[in-house]
Amino acid sequence: MSALELRGLGRAYGERVALREVSLTLEEGRTLVVFGPNGAGKSTLLRILGTLLRPHAGEVRVLGDELPGDAWRVRGRVGFLGHDPLLYRDLSARENLRYFARLYGARETRVDALLGELDVLGRADEPLRTLSRGTVQRIAVCRAVLHEPDLLLLDEPTANLDPAAAELVAPLLARGTRVVASHDPERGLHDADVVLGLRGGRAEIAAPAAQVDVADVRRLYG
Amino acid sequence: MRTAAAVLRKDLRLELRTREAVPAMALFALTTFVIFHFGLDRRSLEGELAAGVLWVTLLFAAMLGVNRLFVAEREQGGFDAFLLAPVDRTAMFAAKAAGLFAYLCAVELVAIPAFVVLLLGPGPGAAFPELLLVLVLANAGVAVVGTLAGALAIQTRARDLIAPLVALPLLVPVVIASARATAPLLAEAGAGAFPAKWPLILALYDVVFGLLAYAVFDYLLED
Amino acid sequence: MLYGKGLRPLALASAVTLTAAFALVFFYAPLDADQGFIQKIFYVHVPMAIVALLGFVAGGVMAVMHLRTGDRRWDMRSYVAIHLSLVLAVGVLITGAIWAKGSWGHWWVWDEPTLVSFLIVFLLYATYQPLRFSIEDPERQARYASVFAIVAGAFVPLNFLAVRMAESLAHPRVLSTTGGAMPGEMRLTFYLSLLGMALLFVTLWKYEMASKQTSMQLRALRRKLSGEEPPLSVGRSAAPRVTLPARPER
Repeated sequence: MSALELRGLGRAYGERVALREVSLTLEEGRTLVVFGPNGAGKSTLLRILGTLLRPHAGEVRVLGDELPGDAWRVRGRVGFLGHDPLLYRDLSARENLRYFARLYGARETRVDALLGELDVLGRADEPLRTLSRGTVQRIAVCRAVLHEPDLLLLDEPTANLDPAAAELVAPLLARGTRVVASHDPERGLHDADVVLGLRGGRAEIAAPAAQVDVADVRRLYG
Repeated sequence: MRTAAAVLRKDLRLELRTREAVPAMALFALTTFVIFHFGLDRRSLEGELAAGVLWVTLLFAAMLGVNRLFVAEREQGGFDAFLLAPVDRTAMFAAKAAGLFAYLCAVELVAIPAFVVLLLGPGPGAAFPELLLVLVLANAGVAVVGTLAGALAIQTRARDLIAPLVALPLLVPVVIASARATAPLLAEAGAGAFPAKWPLILALYDVVFGLLAYAVFDYLLED
Repeated sequence: MLYGKGLRPLALASAVTLTAAFALVFFYAPLDADQGFIQKIFYVHVPMAIVALLGFVAGGVMAVMHLRTGDRRWDMRSYVAIHLSLVLAVGVLITGAIWAKGSWGHWWVWDEPTLVSFLIVFLLYATYQPLRFSIEDPERQARYASVFAIVAGAFVPLNFLAVRMAESLAHPRVLSTTGGAMPGEMRLTFYLSLLGMALLFVTLWKYEMASKQTSMQLRALRRKLSGEEPPLSVGRSAAPRVTLPARPER
């Protein structure tokens, strides 16, 4: 079974078309890296796959279930990490994660295990607004993987992290099937099994990573 | 149910920590009593006037709470995080309405004694159970409709304006019923007869709007 | 569905019915014994109020259809119905005030429960457009407007009930609005006025729908001419794409 199957996917905001005719297949356990300049439709694609936005055209299957009809079956099986951490600023890391563990049906013991793994246990009881962006991002990673999702949807997951922290986070985000939005052609291509290059909502590149080189990706931004 | 409890607990914890809604609502109510004192130029109120002042004040104070209800969800991504969870969307409505209900009760714990001390001529004394019944029923109505109006307004540009504009006309029946029911309780000549039809209307209102909000709320979360 | 179809005969029918109704009002219906000539405003005021309220409720039903089917055309229908009802509601309040001044000597009377209820309903629906047009995303706008229309539609009867129970009927009501106690000539005139008003509402509704549809098609054609990409085609999982009545924002 493929983890992702898109056929002619389209999405508009009013009259502005954000995604048009995007088709691809991603096998389980593989990584899809999505490149494209700002406004190319990367975030829209991730939000559709995460059931946060309805597709307007085409067919979308995520983990074998069709969206938007069976979205309820997909929820709880995807881990979503976007630009915003999706955490409450006035709650501590532990309070935030306990709350989301209950919502996502994850074991609460996992909260401390994850916090320990990402080296934020020491600050687990301070309100997030007192923490640095990098620390908050690490906690956001915890939130995204709390329920051990089958599919990870990551929007530039290491953008706010220094190299050491990025290293710390890497193993948590290196499991299962992944869709990663990236601005970094070298790193992105290194991680990718399949590449999707978006420009103006259209798929300019949709190919196995082996057939794509850095110059192809750079052309998207040109 | 478990989800609603989790969301409610989170909201109450946030409110305890940030104290964004309840203290402001209570302070607003107190200030409004003082303003009524000068605006009406009366030392004490009784009967219909007392009931009217009390309910108008509580209603306007409630609007402050309505405006705060969904702000954290909208600005800190709570909606998205909630929508990603494999839970019933209506739990959000139940939790928010229960939270607003709790805020209103907390505000009344301060505002009602203050009202009795500052403005009320006759003491409520014997009519206390009836007053409590009206308060609970009215709070439920305000909580349900306020939550719905807050959710409707949260995605608009001028949400602080839209929420009261939508909620206040919808709450006119609550004001009518609560004020009518309370007026005889606050009468100068001691508590008058308590008309049973007004609590019944309030209960009917609560049930109708509770079911209605339950049915339509999901559509406000979807995208 | 083409809203322009049948518009001309319908417009003609409303014009004829309304003219006939007004002729009856002035030359056929008897003068009211107590109120005299001012009572004739009843033939405008009450049909207008009934049609406006039905329009609000119809807007709510169309909104239910929108949420159930996901078809945005229902939202547009609901929008036009509520929008027209609001215009009629202004007329109802003005004629009501004139009637109150004429027969009771005051521009506004609080102990006329129907009029008071109507004012509350009007105030509620007056927030429909501000709510609607301060939401940017068109799809969300349609959804939120529908939720509002449903809640408000259900509020209409409950509100009338509460207000009626609250107001003691201090003024003897000369006319029952149901028409039950009216003499035959009055009743006939009233029903014809009601029919005329209803036809007028439907005509205006269809007219506005046709106009919106046309300007939408015009915009699509213009887009095509200027070589822009077409909007998304209808997919299996998607609702038909209809662009909403666009309103210049700011």
